[in-house]
Amino acid sequence: MSPGLAGVATGFRSFARYFNGVLGADAYAKYVEHHRAAGHATPPLSEREFWRDRTDRQDTNPQGRCC
Amino acid sequence: MAGTADELAGATRKGGPLTADPQLPPTGVDEAVREAEDKRWTPTKIALWAAIALLGGVAWVMLAIVRGETVNAIWFVFASVCTYLIGYRFYSKVIEKLLLKPNDRRATPAEYKADGKDYVRTDRNVLFGHHFAAIAGAGPLVGPVIAAQMGYLPGTIWIIVGVVFAGAVQDYLVLFFSMRRGGRSLGQMAREELGVIGGTAALVATLLIMVIIVAILALVVVSALGESPWGVFSVGMTIPIALFMGVYLRYLRPGKILEVSLIGFVLLMAAIIGGGAVAGTEWGAALFHLDKVTIAWGLIIYGFIAAVLPVWLLLAPRDYLSTFMKIGVIVMLALAIVVVRPEITVPAFSEFASRDNGPVFSGALFPFLFVTIACGALSGFHALISSGTTPKLIEKERQTRFIGYGGMLMESFVAIMALVAAISIDRGIYFAMNAPLALTGGTVESAATWVNSLGLAGVNITPDVLAQTARDMGEESIISRSGGAPTLAVGLAHIMHQFIGGTAMMAFWYHFAIMFEALFILTAVDAGTRVARFMLQDSIGNFVPKFKEASWRPGAWLCTAVMVGAWGAVLLMGVTDPLGGINTLFPLFGIANQLLAAIALSVCMAIAAKRGAFKYLWIVALPMAFAAVVTITASFQKIFSPVPAVGYFANNAAFSKALADGKTSFGTAKTVAAMEAVVRNTMIQGWLSIIFVVLSIIVIVTAILATIKAFRNSTAGTINVDHEDEARSSRVFAPAGLIPTAAERELMAEWDKVPGELRFEKAGHH
Repeated sequence: MSPGLAGVATGFRSFARYFNGVLGADAYAKYVEHHRAAGHATPPLSEREFWRDRTDRQDTNPQGRCC
Repeated sequence: MAGTADELAGATRKGGPLTADPQLPPTGVDEAVREAEDKRWTPTKIALWAAIALLGGVAWVMLAIVRGETVNAIWFVFASVCTYLIGYRFYSKVIEKLLLKPNDRRATPAEYKADGKDYVRTDRNVLFGHHFAAIAGAGPLVGPVIAAQMGYLPGTIWIIVGVVFAGAVQDYLVLFFSMRRGGRSLGQMAREELGVIGGTAALVATLLIMVIIVAILALVVVSALGESPWGVFSVGMTIPIALFMGVYLRYLRPGKILEVSLIGFVLLMAAIIGGGAVAGTEWGAALFHLDKVTIAWGLIIYGFIAAVLPVWLLLAPRDYLSTFMKIGVIVMLALAIVVVRPEITVPAFSEFASRDNGPVFSGALFPFLFVTIACGALSGFHALISSGTTPKLIEKERQTRFIGYGGMLMESFVAIMALVAAISIDRGIYFAMNAPLALTGGTVESAATWVNSLGLAGVNITPDVLAQTARDMGEESIISRSGGAPTLAVGLAHIMHQFIGGTAMMAFWYHFAIMFEALFILTAVDAGTRVARFMLQDSIGNFVPKFKEASWRPGAWLCTAVMVGAWGAVLLMGVTDPLGGINTLFPLFGIANQLLAAIALSVCMAIAAKRGAFKYLWIVALPMAFAAVVTITASFQKIFSPVPAVGYFANNAAFSKALADGKTSFGTAKTVAAMEAVVRNTMIQGWLSIIFVVLSIIVIVTAILATIKAFRNSTAGTINVDHEDEARSSRVFAPAGLIPTAAERELMAEWDKVPGELRFEKAGHH
């Protein structure tokens, strides 16, 4: 890959990472990281369980969206 | 000033002294180093800021003083961006240094309450995008369009100056104070700082204000979709698209949010293009050609169902779609304005700037311009977001300036772009689109005659132009499409077709704009209904404890029905209003939003006073006083003005008298039923204004009393108790702003050398 193309690829990847962050798509990765760092004895939730729990908690804890 | 940042005169601080872990590098840049760096003015830095100031100054001169035939849109971009940069670099730093005094050695809630779910340290740039997406919606796109009736200059000045001294200050302060309180909500802070009476008034006012805001946002959607088969089809399709995305995320590929958003985006584009085809067929036009009342009922039923359905099915996926569209659209609009640079023919001050009987919104420039443009200059609703999710995600205290103040500057820029889009279209078209049906008469001929009769300089519109514009947009008619959204859509189509696609793409761009505005608004309607429902459940729960259980279905359904019924009633009132709903109701939206801002700023003032920052209290008092004066004056005029076009009760009296006199038509109301509707509506609107203003005055007065008490305490040497969470030592470091300073980079390099296990050790957690 030419350096120019590699630069574009890196740029695109960091943009995708940023966009993922803004959308909140990296929430599971951050949860797992926290879980490991906090040294819990129990295994972390699976990805499916985590997202289920996340949206279900929003049911009882709604967040406003602005006008 | 001597001493460290968190040692504030007259306030106690809970917790012991902040002790840094000797094994870790410092968790904040040394104060002296930071100050020295700030004060070191290198020639490059001086040249840069001189250039920004000069460019901004020239741009303001072009907008405000030079009176040519036209003004180029690029000057709006320069004037706003340069002013924002100066406000951010200088004024927000004054607030930081003198009033808030953040301390990076203190851990934020995201650190000391870290749970991997709600409290998560988030990269500042990501959080900036996240916060911006949460605060920016349809508001900044609609208000400036309606306010363009008075010319471009009043709105431009208020949006740019207002955000620097009021809107961004409010967002920054609320974010900071909520962060210091573990992410507590505005309502909880009001209760703590203002006591039971002030706190309860703030809660009730917030609840009512949310109802009004949701109702009027819904009215904007209904006005945009009425008699528009294309719009109804494509916006209606967002529901199955969101349901599909919800199922996809729940069962097929959990967590693949970017992927599903891309799929959703493609489907959305297909829905817009398909909408054109469907509206072109006979059955499509017949099926999706709905009048406003039907759409309003549809929206009310939808609102109830959406608020009781689980979040994962509809609300969460549409939120992703909305965020995705929001960032895309705003970047695209900015690019298009910079590339196309449209010439603006609208005058700086229009003929209506000095009158109080404009057809788009009634009332004089002061105070009504300042309530018509709420979002983008000063939006109280942001206080609910800044004291919600964002403070729980922030990594370092110093980042609140970038996220709170900077995020609001971004929203203000969106408002400026919406204004540019709206004023880039012909003024004749603007008034034909935004005046109520009762004035334009509904046909191209009657509308053209009416617009030309206004005697506006340089305006001479023909029925052909109006008909051609409607055809270009793929609509049957554009007459009296009030509410701001359709005008913005025409403006956007006007700019975008010169950028991508030519005239053939205009109808697509028009419906693209309607689509994203409807998307933002529907998300706000759902979320607003849910939040309001929980607030109601919580309040009733104080008397009937069962209601506090969120999982108790009958309670949830009943409270949802009450909230939907409340905003639905206001929405129907607006849709059926013979005077033209937007014209009479939009001021109420602005007043509600800004009263919330006055409440939020009052709470901030009481907190700042308890921190002992009396010398710099003007930073909060100034915008609070302005918001209070504007909204209270506007409310009083709405209540007491003898001019029927302005005062609700004056109008009520005029119509009641006409009915009593046995007249069968009066003003714009052509039947007795319409006249009775006006009598009913003005009475409700008048009482709503009274309730709002009374509640807000209670909150403001209790806040002023709390401020005076704090001052007395501090002069008497009594200690003011603040409600901040206990200070804990931070164990992480991150830069404060977008670009790290030299000192921050040095410190980051030190932190990079720290072994991982040391960094992630959580002292005393779990």
